[in-house]
Amino acid sequence: MKGFDLMAVLLNPEFSRMLVHGVKMTFIIFVGSWLLAMSLGMILLAVRMLPSRIASAFVAIYVSYHRNVPTLVQLMLWYFGISSLLPDSVQIWLGDHNGEAVFAVVALGLCQAAYFSEDQRSGLRAVPRGQWEAARALGHGYVGAMAYILLPQAVRNAMPALVNHTVSLFKNSSLAMAIGVAELTHAVKEVENQSFRPFETYLIATIVYLVCSLLLMWLGHYLEQRSRMAGAV
Amino acid sequence: MSLLPSMIEIVRDNWLLLLVGQYPNGPLGGIAATLILSVLGIALAFPLSVAMALASLSPWRALRWPVMAMVYITRGVPLLLIILWVYFVLPLLIGHSVPAFATMLVTLVGYEAAFLSEIVRAGIHALPKGQMDAARALGHSRLGAMRYVILPQALFNMIPSILSQFVSTVKETTLGYIINVPELTFAAGQINNRLLTKPFEVYFILAISYFIVCWTLTQAINMVERRITARRTAGVAAASALPATAASASGA
Repeated sequence: MKGFDLMAVLLNPEFSRMLVHGVKMTFIIFVGSWLLAMSLGMILLAVRMLPSRIASAFVAIYVSYHRNVPTLVQLMLWYFGISSLLPDSVQIWLGDHNGEAVFAVVALGLCQAAYFSEDQRSGLRAVPRGQWEAARALGHGYVGAMAYILLPQAVRNAMPALVNHTVSLFKNSSLAMAIGVAELTHAVKEVENQSFRPFETYLIATIVYLVCSLLLMWLGHYLEQRSRMAGAV
Repeated sequence: MSLLPSMIEIVRDNWLLLLVGQYPNGPLGGIAATLILSVLGIALAFPLSVAMALASLSPWRALRWPVMAMVYITRGVPLLLIILWVYFVLPLLIGHSVPAFATMLVTLVGYEAAFLSEIVRAGIHALPKGQMDAARALGHSRLGAMRYVILPQALFNMIPSILSQFVSTVKETTLGYIINVPELTFAAGQINNRLLTKPFEVYFILAISYFIVCWTLTQAINMVERRITARRTAGVAAASALPATAASASGA
């Protein structure tokens, strides 16, 4: 067992390059899947509110599947399973273009979209019905009432849950290592294998994850405070 | 492509491996191991979480701060990284190698205890303040009031949250795959390695298996939740039917 030496990892050009690349990949996957999840989540919410029972049943099944199947299994299904069903040309293209990162973004994004759409739905349900009636009485159309009156309040209501799920999406980006994406946790395993300094490498990764998560929580809290309406609880 | 027949064939050939792993001839695995791991994880985490919740509500910093630190670490660091930590630190602490199953169990207990402690703490906070005051006025000590008045009510109200944490735990056991814990995901990996040509079918079966387990548990939890809500609101209704003085004393 070697003595504790953080610099032996940080100052080694090869190790620090791998770790920095890992952080970069973690952020690419986090941001990519967050954007996908947020936009798909809104689409799912819109589809669920259509006056069609088939449409809302479809969304209900989508949400139920993604909430009841472990995220890691969803990742593996995309990367090992669904990729094998794609045409050969697409598979080759993906192989040349960081296919595992693409699948990680798709799998994490689709999974989180279910959570985001549910968060926003309960945010919308928490808006009193009178708001809707008042907006319509003032002459707003469906879209206008939604866009100017209901959704701004719904987003405020949903903020705490959205922030929580954003943090867990950030943490879940580490699952991408299971399908070989060179993100931070993957880089940590590699560096540990080569440097034989597990304690130092794990410590670096823990600090990076912890600081980023705390920053996200703080940012969410700040946005919550800012968007709070005067007089609202 | 004929997906369904080949999926049925895979299930027919491997149902025992998916249910119990290589059990009579090897370690217990499959769904059985997944469920045992989750049940043990939550059962061991629960008493720890109550202790942590009490510590985080205590007036002494020396008790509060370590719990706060643990809660923030589990909220901010991926479970996968915590598994790697335990995998590396636990053998150093106890001096000999630890099986993957035990490593995963220790990780889950610590991780879930931190989350459950927040749930328990919220449950204690949600009780009307009058409960504590009334218990103290009746001559209970702070600890006695916790033990006989606060905790029984808080924990009863928290049963649905604790159960849904159990479903999360079932899903989190999949991460044991990274350190080769023999559970359901691991069994699917074994089947996939043997067949090689049917990855979609194998992983789809895996997803369906988890879905069946977790969905059933979720439905059961919803049922429990409805009954608990019914009991709580029935108590309130009965109390408000009483004369005003009695109702305000019982509080609900």
